[in-house]
Amino acid sequence: MAESLAVEHEITHPALQHHFENMEQQREAGTLGMWVFLVTEIMFFGGMFLAYTLYRSKFPAAFASASNHLSLKLGAINTAALIFSSFTMALAVYSAQVGKRRNQVICLVLTILLGLTFLGIKAIEYHDKYVDHLIPGRLIPRRPFDASGVHLLPGAARQNVEMFYWIYFAMTGMHAVHMVIGVGLLSVILYFAARGRYGPEYHNPVEISGLYWHFVDIIWIFLFPLLYLLGRHLEHGG
Amino acid sequence: MSEHIVSVKIYLTIFLALLAGTALTVWAGLRDFPGPLNVVIAMTIAVIKATLVVLYFMHVRYSSRLIWVVFTSALFWLGILFALTFSDYWTRGWLPIS
Repeated sequence: MAESLAVEHEITHPALQHHFENMEQQREAGTLGMWVFLVTEIMFFGGMFLAYTLYRSKFPAAFASASNHLSLKLGAINTAALIFSSFTMALAVYSAQVGKRRNQVICLVLTILLGLTFLGIKAIEYHDKYVDHLIPGRLIPRRPFDASGVHLLPGAARQNVEMFYWIYFAMTGMHAVHMVIGVGLLSVILYFAARGRYGPEYHNPVEISGLYWHFVDIIWIFLFPLLYLLGRHLEHGG
Repeated sequence: MSEHIVSVKIYLTIFLALLAGTALTVWAGLRDFPGPLNVVIAMTIAVIKATLVVLYFMHVRYSSRLIWVVFTSALFWLGILFALTFSDYWTRGWLPIS
């Protein structure tokens, strides 16, 4: 057994770490590790989703009023951009698996650009909130939170509108931080991909960075309807 | 178990389904459905979209049992987090405090 292993090591891929028996085991271990990390991430965001659910059920009118002030158009465009980036990310992994280096680089560049598009639109939205005095608390000097520009639905209290914006900035802010990390991660992957490091036999870094990217996309899939769409139907019905 | 390569056709189908789901959720969000139906519809669409991403983009459908167990454990713990918290909040005031 020992001899056969030694022989196997000599003929296998240079990317194989010495503590793994073969590439397959190494790939499985890496993927498992990323999934364990993603479980902790699900719990991390889960806490914020819990806070959201709790306060929304306590102050439904204030949450609907505050949500209606967000830009549905920008939120929807961002959702489409993230879904598109997840698609190009999946294609980047595919290109690595079938050994198409050029396509892999193109897909990674597209994914990064779409991620940056998302962050740019998010920055525009944050700036709109700054202009409208909707940054909660007294975080901005001489610009305390002021909900007088928000159209209040019946039964909504101003201080609970502020509660929505605390949760909005906490959740989208943490999501944006994850996007920034993702863009950084993919830039490193892009650098190595351009140098031809990933091919059909070894592409686990591309694969697990993809897992992270898709996870961040999933968080947004939930954030979009919960933050942007929760009170729209009350606007028209009265 | 060797690696399963998902075809571009499947990726494209999932991508289009996700875009359709987004359009549908915006359309449904602008209409007034009776009772709590608005949030139920929105969350159903979100869960379907997330499931498609997990199964196909994240390859869980083709992954080992171990990955399945790890992923479901996250949902299980999330269930505990929500169930125990809401068993407190929703039942407050059910019994008079003597």
